[in-house]
Amino acid sequence: MLGYLVLAIIVFSLAAFYVGRSAGNRFVAVEGAATHSLPGYHGAFVAIWVGVPALVLVLLWLLFQETVIDGLLLAGLPAGAIDGLSAAQTRLLLSEIKNVAGGRMFGTPSEMVLEAAQTYLRWQGIAGWAMIVVAVAIMLIGGFLAYTRLAPRFRARHGVERFVTAFMIFCSAAAILTTLGIIVSLVYESLQFFAMVPAHEFFFGLNWEPQIPIRDDQVAGAGAFGAVPVFLGTLLIATIAMIIAIPVGIFSAIYLVEYADKNVRNFIKPILEILAGVPTVVYGFFAVLTVAPAIRQAGNLLGLSTSPNSALAAGLVMGIMVIPFISSLSDDALRAVPRSLRDGSLAMGATRGETITKVLVPAALPGIMGGVLLAFSRAIGETMIVVMAAGLIATMTINPLDSVTTVTVQIVTLLIGDTAFDSPKTLAAFALGLVLFVVTLCLNVVALTIVRKYREQYD
Amino acid sequence: MTDITAPSVTFADPDRMAALRRRRYAADLRLRFYGIAAICTAIGLLGILVTTLVIGGYSAFTQTHIRVAFDISEDLVDRGDPAQGRWRTVVSDAIEEMFTGVEGADMRAAGQILTNNTQFIVRDAVLRNPGVIGSTLVLEIPAADPYDQLNKGVINRDLPESRRRLNDGQIALWDVLVEQGRVSRPFNWALFFNADSRFPELAGLAGAITGSFYALLVCFVISFPVGIAAAVYLEEFAPRNRLTDIVEVNINNLAAVPSIVFGLLGLAVFLQTFGLPRSAPLVGGLVLALMTLPTIIIVTRASLKAVPPSIREAALGMGASRHQVIMHHVLPLALPGILTGTIIGLAQALGETAPLLLIGMNAFITSPPGGVMEASTALPTQIFIWADSPERGFVARTSAGILVLLGFLITMNAVAIFLRQHLQRTW
Amino acid sequence: MANPAPTPAMESFQTVRTADANANPARLKADGVNVFYGEKQALFDVSIDIPEKSVSAFIGPSGCGKSTFLRCINRMNDSIEGCRVTGDITLDGENLYDARLDVVELRARIGMVFQKPNPFPKSIFENVAYGPKIHGLARDKTDLEEIVVSSLKKAGLFEEVKDRLHAPGTGLSGGQQQRLCIARAIAVGPEVILMDEPCSALDPIATAIIEELIDELRENYTIVIVTHSMQQAARVSQKTAFFHLGKLIEEGPTEGIFTNPREKRTQDYITGRIG
Repeated sequence: MLGYLVLAIIVFSLAAFYVGRSAGNRFVAVEGAATHSLPGYHGAFVAIWVGVPALVLVLLWLLFQETVIDGLLLAGLPAGAIDGLSAAQTRLLLSEIKNVAGGRMFGTPSEMVLEAAQTYLRWQGIAGWAMIVVAVAIMLIGGFLAYTRLAPRFRARHGVERFVTAFMIFCSAAAILTTLGIIVSLVYESLQFFAMVPAHEFFFGLNWEPQIPIRDDQVAGAGAFGAVPVFLGTLLIATIAMIIAIPVGIFSAIYLVEYADKNVRNFIKPILEILAGVPTVVYGFFAVLTVAPAIRQAGNLLGLSTSPNSALAAGLVMGIMVIPFISSLSDDALRAVPRSLRDGSLAMGATRGETITKVLVPAALPGIMGGVLLAFSRAIGETMIVVMAAGLIATMTINPLDSVTTVTVQIVTLLIGDTAFDSPKTLAAFALGLVLFVVTLCLNVVALTIVRKYREQYD
Repeated sequence: MTDITAPSVTFADPDRMAALRRRRYAADLRLRFYGIAAICTAIGLLGILVTTLVIGGYSAFTQTHIRVAFDISEDLVDRGDPAQGRWRTVVSDAIEEMFTGVEGADMRAAGQILTNNTQFIVRDAVLRNPGVIGSTLVLEIPAADPYDQLNKGVINRDLPESRRRLNDGQIALWDVLVEQGRVSRPFNWALFFNADSRFPELAGLAGAITGSFYALLVCFVISFPVGIAAAVYLEEFAPRNRLTDIVEVNINNLAAVPSIVFGLLGLAVFLQTFGLPRSAPLVGGLVLALMTLPTIIIVTRASLKAVPPSIREAALGMGASRHQVIMHHVLPLALPGILTGTIIGLAQALGETAPLLLIGMNAFITSPPGGVMEASTALPTQIFIWADSPERGFVARTSAGILVLLGFLITMNAVAIFLRQHLQRTW
Repeated sequence: MANPAPTPAMESFQTVRTADANANPARLKADGVNVFYGEKQALFDVSIDIPEKSVSAFIGPSGCGKSTFLRCINRMNDSIEGCRVTGDITLDGENLYDARLDVVELRARIGMVFQKPNPFPKSIFENVAYGPKIHGLARDKTDLEEIVVSSLKKAGLFEEVKDRLHAPGTGLSGGQQQRLCIARAIAVGPEVILMDEPCSALDPIATAIIEELIDELRENYTIVIVTHSMQQAARVSQKTAFFHLGKLIEEGPTEGIFTNPREKRTQDYITGRIG
């Protein structure tokens, strides 16, 4: 039905376009060059007034129909039916009603549910027809209003362009809306979490065992949501990654910018970029299948007790992943150093190596630092590698051969499968997400500012 | 102006300086060596990565099949209602016929050589062609995973029996089939045309590819127009003030937000608040669109900036409105760059996994989705699911899935590079 | 200007040379130098002697090859891809383009000052100390300080910066930055200092100070300066060479070139007809 409605809106708009355009053609025939806008603009003007309000209406209707019907349904249940039910149980009840309405019955539903299912179907039918009626009415009204305004001196083009500008502004706001959406949803769920678990518990507690609460209404045991070991594990793995990636990234950038000739450079740069293009799930599989067993064997040979999902394996593979971030930003930074400094140093009789280490790298340091910070923020936020290769148990350790867990791993494990939005277990994931978002945001802002300042310095 | 005395160099012993120079050149050489070592490390690691994937994955591109003759007797399958036939018996009869003289436990083992779903494969073949009822139907049936691995040499016959997944008796049964000339190993089309399955020999990527296609379609339909409109506004129309500065900083930062945070957004907003269905490519596409949007805005703005102002001035001078200038002149000229950036952005979205996990696109779903609202997996999440499965066959399937994913990514990037080189003009 | 009719342009090119009886002996000599950038030839058969402890100026319109030739003298052209040099440039009879020659050592002997002041983004002290440090010219810290101070003094900058030796060199004014670069070049104890239009980015007052400095420096150093200001060449140099379209047209004592050019193109240039 929805498909037909959208199709109808499109057909109506097209028809409106032709009607408007033929009106425009008439104006041109009568008034000639005195007509303000081309006939096409008259057509577009009417079409916009027919199609756009209707489309917006349908979209909003679809977004809120379910919520409204749910509310009506719950209100229509016999008095006392939902007293004392938790939010999750209410949701279960609702989905049972909908399942019954959809013909999927499990066992014998109660009388109340059967009745509610009937009501649900009725409401749905009403809502569907109401939407169609309202949409058609809006199209007719919009089309009529727009058509009556058409005249030879009517500035249809301005109308169309105003609409296009408004659309573009709306699209530009999408980025802001996304950020706002992220902040609002994270903060909202986190506040609920901190209402259940005190904030100091979360930020300073040393014990992370979120799987303890089994029943929905059970409040987490004290100390079960201390996130310090999770943060520590994240830092440990990200640090290992940076220990791998910083030297490899910076030295390859130095070689490519200062030593390699053009052919070598053109050959090697794309290969480094491939490293950045490999999906992280692939790195994760590589870590599990190849790197972790190799590290385990090496550890056993050396007589070290090595966990099968050691922090080292995850960190190492993550290091490979962030190499291209560091190398390409260092590359940019080194190449932004003006040629005159390079010449100045060479003319003093410095070797290339001395020119690089004593003049170019210090001069490019802010840019390189920016790259390192961005890479670090990447490493902290990286998910798939650690989900596949790191552990699930939060341990307070900085031994790279032990298994640790990270913020992202915890978010995924807490949220995979069925989620109830009122258990601290689910909400903890949002609190972790908020911390992750804030930390990476700070790192990014600092890094981007440094990089921009640095670019301005040599412009 | 100043006192000019003896040369400033008070200490310049030629021998000492020569020795120092040798050390300095050695340091230079060392630095160069570090650079080469770093590059070799990076490329070497990439090489190891690709090699393990190819070695692990190529075997999944073929699948061991066994030619089996099924006697579709009318006793077991009714012409009037073939769907209700006794297919299990049809299959076990065919197996008994292949292994005449085998009894008891061995016979039970023989029953596991063919894939678990054999009865449904036979049933579907008969339903497609009811004329065979009453005669014999010869089919190529996929071998169960352990035997597939045995045939591919992954299971080593020389290992002691206790460390093999197949005992000597099972291997003997297999060798009977080989002797009868029933075993073949054609290209594994099922990898592309089957959806996921509990049995590695039947599992394929069709569901994941369709799901990824729908998700990318949604992502493209939303992020492409919205991204271009936003970029055009910010680049060509927006006044330079604090607000647009904030938008600009915001877009740059959004591009660096960890992908899992977008997953949380999708979960909280699209699933929880708007009540959209879990695991649906529509939700996946929406989340990916939000992630791709900054990329598209950034490349589009760069492409618009690259169009020289003289063209705008020329068109404005002709009396075109600013909208007309953009629509008729600037956008068409910037389009190749925009397309290139969009394709690269979509390729990134195709490889994105973490946000899809949070909105449930890692479900076990055995048929391709019929639309954007149906539950589905995507290519990267399918890889994740298979990587978590214990069967040996899934390891090869995972690598093969990764190779397919990389194949798509390489194709998309190649198209982007082609566009850049052949359509983009430099001013 | 009363001077005899300039020599008519010759079919086969030949540099017009005027000997200078008072000139110092030459330790730096160029003989038949050609420079190619890829396929394009930038310098044609340049031969010239640079007298010791005096200032030689290369003049000519832009693109005439004077800077290219200057950069050949301490092999700065090595770092340009596709650049090829033939012919001989010798310092004390040693060919600078000999494969066995150590470029790093050469550049310590032949320093260079560039068109745009290019102090490193370090402190004033570190800028000057850079050369002595890399070449190992100072035994210890006091030695190094001594070298830095005396170089800054010789460059006439010490008095202005003595209170802020550890402030960044990039914070100085343009003229001060250029003198810092000269101090930096002096600190290595070179025999020759090449200056590539050292005043073109400076205002007239700063230019006057640098010119005065160049005149003082000539007591201890052989200086080669490229300039497109003829007045500057006339003021600071003892010997002048005129380049045009990659060829060395005329060379001789500065006095003679400006008052009595023997080549028509030289005369056209100094009277402003080509340029």
